[in-house]
Amino acid sequence: MHDQNISHVDFACSLNGRDVSMRVEPRELLIDVLRDRQGLRGTKRSCDIGVCGACTVLVDGRPTASCSTLACDVNASQVTTIEGLSQQGELDPVQRAFIEHGALQCGFCTPGMVLAVKALLAEYANPSEEEVRHYLRGNLCRCTGYVKIIEAVMDLVNQRKVTP
Amino acid sequence: MLPPRFQFHQPASLDEALSLLAEHGEEASPFAGGTELLIALKARVLRFEHLIDIKRIPDLAGIAIGAAGSVSIGSLVTHEELTRSAIVRERMPGYAALSDNIANIRVRKKGTLGGNLCFAEPHADPPALLCAFGTRLHLASPRGRRDLTLHEFIESELSTARESDELLVRIEVPALPQGARGGYRAFGHLERPALGVGAVAIPSGDGFDWRIFAAGLCGRPTELLRTQDAMRGLPATDALEVLSRHADEDAADIEAHDDLQGSADYKRHMVAVLARRACRIALGYPERAGRETGQDIIGADRNA
Repeated sequence: MHDQNISHVDFACSLNGRDVSMRVEPRELLIDVLRDRQGLRGTKRSCDIGVCGACTVLVDGRPTASCSTLACDVNASQVTTIEGLSQQGELDPVQRAFIEHGALQCGFCTPGMVLAVKALLAEYANPSEEEVRHYLRGNLCRCTGYVKIIEAVMDLVNQRKVTP
Repeated sequence: MLPPRFQFHQPASLDEALSLLAEHGEEASPFAGGTELLIALKARVLRFEHLIDIKRIPDLAGIAIGAAGSVSIGSLVTHEELTRSAIVRERMPGYAALSDNIANIRVRKKGTLGGNLCFAEPHADPPALLCAFGTRLHLASPRGRRDLTLHEFIESELSTARESDELLVRIEVPALPQGARGGYRAFGHLERPALGVGAVAIPSGDGFDWRIFAAGLCGRPTELLRTQDAMRGLPATDALEVLSRHADEDAADIEAHDDLQGSADYKRHMVAVLARRACRIALGYPERAGRETGQDIIGADRNA
């Protein structure tokens, strides 16, 4: 992957826990590789300029705008998309909380929102509502008005306090 | 949308990166977080044949205490690293608050301060306060090294004094005199500030000396020279008393542009408003730090 005068680069990453390797053009974006080569259509393209959060995936746990990330730049990283959250057909607790609280309507922002919440809960042991709002500020939802999303996240935070 | 084709280089050392930059000249751009560059490439606003990924160069990393107590920031340091850094929080808490409100969480985790400064987008949070701190930039090229102030570095919209064979290595914020503090206040409807004002208050006699910069009105940050002069040495309450009138005069002289973020008149009007709030923060008065934004549907800025 080191070099020069190359029209293609080889890269390898762990995608949803599975090792994948690929040959890509350096200019190829992570979102296209995920959606078109890997068939993982849960990652949504919306604003295409890194503002809306719909294309958020986790790269080594960090929420990342896949629309403005080069695929070859995630070489040797762990990439998690929304498809990687459920385990043996069981939804992730964040996904369950979104359903229980009605924290989605059209659903287009939901994969990015859920992954941002996963990152938030991994980073903060006990976030305040203000910290939750601050962290999620860059994930836009035009349906819910955010109230139910915040409720879902705070419910997860409060459950944590009861069952450490 | 895909960016146009380019070749991707991953030098492991500063020397290797500099020789690639020298070889490819204006056809090459350094690449780090990509949060601004990739979007500009996709939009065909910029075009480069070569991207030189500088993330593996150790000289460009980390935050350290530099010579004479300055804060030395590697150009690869991300906004989030700055927000969390114990050095930054202790020595320049006003900047830590600013950094925590840049764009969104994805940009703060990946976007670098060096990239932000080299991109020279006028609607950016870091430059106004860093100019007020007297920040200096260290650049390297195969021809040697040089340093210049951030205010000299930003020449106009999307244009800096960086030559095509130069790389921004470190950003050095000089130690402030004992008791000096900085504050920043901005306003914007979108992710970027429409404009922002950074102020530093330096204790002097019974009052303070001031360094105040406004950004977002035109291509580069503007020092509010009359305001600083009028406030010099005055006790805090007297300084705030004379601030607005002189800030309006300074603002009237700025060749402000109308843009998506606001009309020139509106932005000129806001200079005195935000300068007052930035100065109050620098004085330690109760005032929300960071950015007020019309986009806070999901939540308020955190820095109460």
